[in-house]
Amino acid sequence: MKPYLSIEQLTQRFPDGSGGQLTVFENATFGVEKGEFVVILGHSGCGKSTIMNILAGLADPTSGSVIMDGQEVKGPSLDRGVVFQNYSLLPWLTTLKNVTFGVRARHPEWTKAQIDEHATKFLAMVGLEGDVIHRKPSQLSGGMRQRVSIARAFANHPKLLLLDEPFGALDALTRGTIQDELLKIWGQMEQTVFMITHDIDEAILLADRILLMTNGPHARVAESVEITIPRPRSRTEIVEHPNYYAIRNHLVQFLGKRSKELAGQPATPGQPNAPETVRIDTTQTNDDPADTRPALKAVNS
Amino acid sequence: MYQLSLNLRAALLSVIMLVVGLLIWEAAIPAQQAAGELTEYELLTGGGAPKAGVPPPSQVIAKAWEQLSDPFYDAGPNDKGIGIQIGYSIYRVLTGYFLAALIAIPFGFLIGMSQVAYKAFNPFIQVLRPISPLAWMPLALFIIGDSEASAIFVIFICSIWPMLINTAFGVAAVREDWINVARTHELGPIRTAFSVILPAAAPTIVTGMRISIGIAWLVIVAAEMLVGGTGIGYYVWNEWNNLDLTSVVFSILMIGVVGMLLDAMFGLLQRRVTYAE
Repeated sequence: MKPYLSIEQLTQRFPDGSGGQLTVFENATFGVEKGEFVVILGHSGCGKSTIMNILAGLADPTSGSVIMDGQEVKGPSLDRGVVFQNYSLLPWLTTLKNVTFGVRARHPEWTKAQIDEHATKFLAMVGLEGDVIHRKPSQLSGGMRQRVSIARAFANHPKLLLLDEPFGALDALTRGTIQDELLKIWGQMEQTVFMITHDIDEAILLADRILLMTNGPHARVAESVEITIPRPRSRTEIVEHPNYYAIRNHLVQFLGKRSKELAGQPATPGQPNAPETVRIDTTQTNDDPADTRPALKAVNS
Repeated sequence: MYQLSLNLRAALLSVIMLVVGLLIWEAAIPAQQAAGELTEYELLTGGGAPKAGVPPPSQVIAKAWEQLSDPFYDAGPNDKGIGIQIGYSIYRVLTGYFLAALIAIPFGFLIGMSQVAYKAFNPFIQVLRPISPLAWMPLALFIIGDSEASAIFVIFICSIWPMLINTAFGVAAVREDWINVARTHELGPIRTAFSVILPAAAPTIVTGMRISIGIAWLVIVAAEMLVGGTGIGYYVWNEWNNLDLTSVVFSILMIGVVGMLLDAMFGLLQRRVTYAE
């Protein structure tokens, strides 16, 4: 049984400027289940954004395919909503119009009143209400702009929501508030989300599963770490969960050391480069040795 | 102490500069010698007749009052009111200008959308653009044959370039992110053009339109001096031939005022389409 979103043997190569080829990643293979929140972590240059662009349909891979809900992804589509790092709001439209822009594209048969109502509802869900929604993006703070962008994406009910470092340009406090908003709206919508981030704590807070990428070139998705912290989560409570630091240590070790050690190992030709599943759970004694091994590795390494 | 607002202070300063300037001008014009002070010989050689000279502002103001109180009189081909003359000029400018806009903006849009077209057309545009529009006049007169249409053609050819270049540049410079927003929302090419690219490029396009209308108004005066018949440019030249320098100075001022109004109209349009990022 294939996962809802299946990335199969994805390879991306670019000309390196001196006649050769630069392999960004090779035979990347992983899946995302419906309703799952998956975060991808990795250093700059490992091709996270390239994967994101391929999933969005804004770029084409050198080889390999992306299959979502039984259909191959070709070109951009309303089924895959994108929240860009720089918000990508249209500056000549008001906040509300930026959201109705998306809603109208999704539901061309709706009346203006329906579109406005739908957009207003989603803006309210991210905490934007009243006069604010008639302001232009230039009159909003960075955090508010990103909220608008999130509302625009969720209002369209895409099958897959892609978040490209959505909080990268925000200060730490604003980031926290919007992460909460995102969790809240995600909890109500059962939305499948695929997100890029640099921030380990953000990844643990939001994700069901974290994909870890080795450094490029020849980057690959090396591990898939399950986040064994029950939902609903809040930033203040997850840090007290016994699994939190175990998972966090594992991620820090990976990004700090192992991403380099594992880097540059070209994949076996033709073989799918699937990530190894890692489950770290200190709350229960596990009988399955396959599951405990990575946890030990994490603690000892 | 009570502080006047910035605008009020600036306006006050403008008025002072105007009054002082006019007074200096008035004082600098030598008075005509009265006939009684001339010798008999000077009177016999025509020294008593008024000499042509640069008029003092008081005469210009009197002339302006006379002309503007009846701007639309028509007393034959060489004696029409200033309103009629300016009307002809504006008609020619706007006709040539809007014909140019009708071609330059859609065409610029297409060039801006395609890098190949942009690069392919660029050398032609760069060669044609610096040609003085009046240099086209002989060719236009020969091919078109009609002086009226030739004047409009000259306006057309001078106002097309800034609009074409700015439209192409504005469209080519639309942020990739905004195009991606359109793409991820499955907008077709026509809707992308009208709902994303056009508003994004509008400030640059309107800047081009504003530059064009300014150039068109500069050129129409010269063009009408050449083709004659009617128009503010013809009027200036005709009054020079009549040695009526008061009318010349008055019409120079009118050219300035009309040009300012045309520019202000596009300034308003520009403010409407400009957005802050």
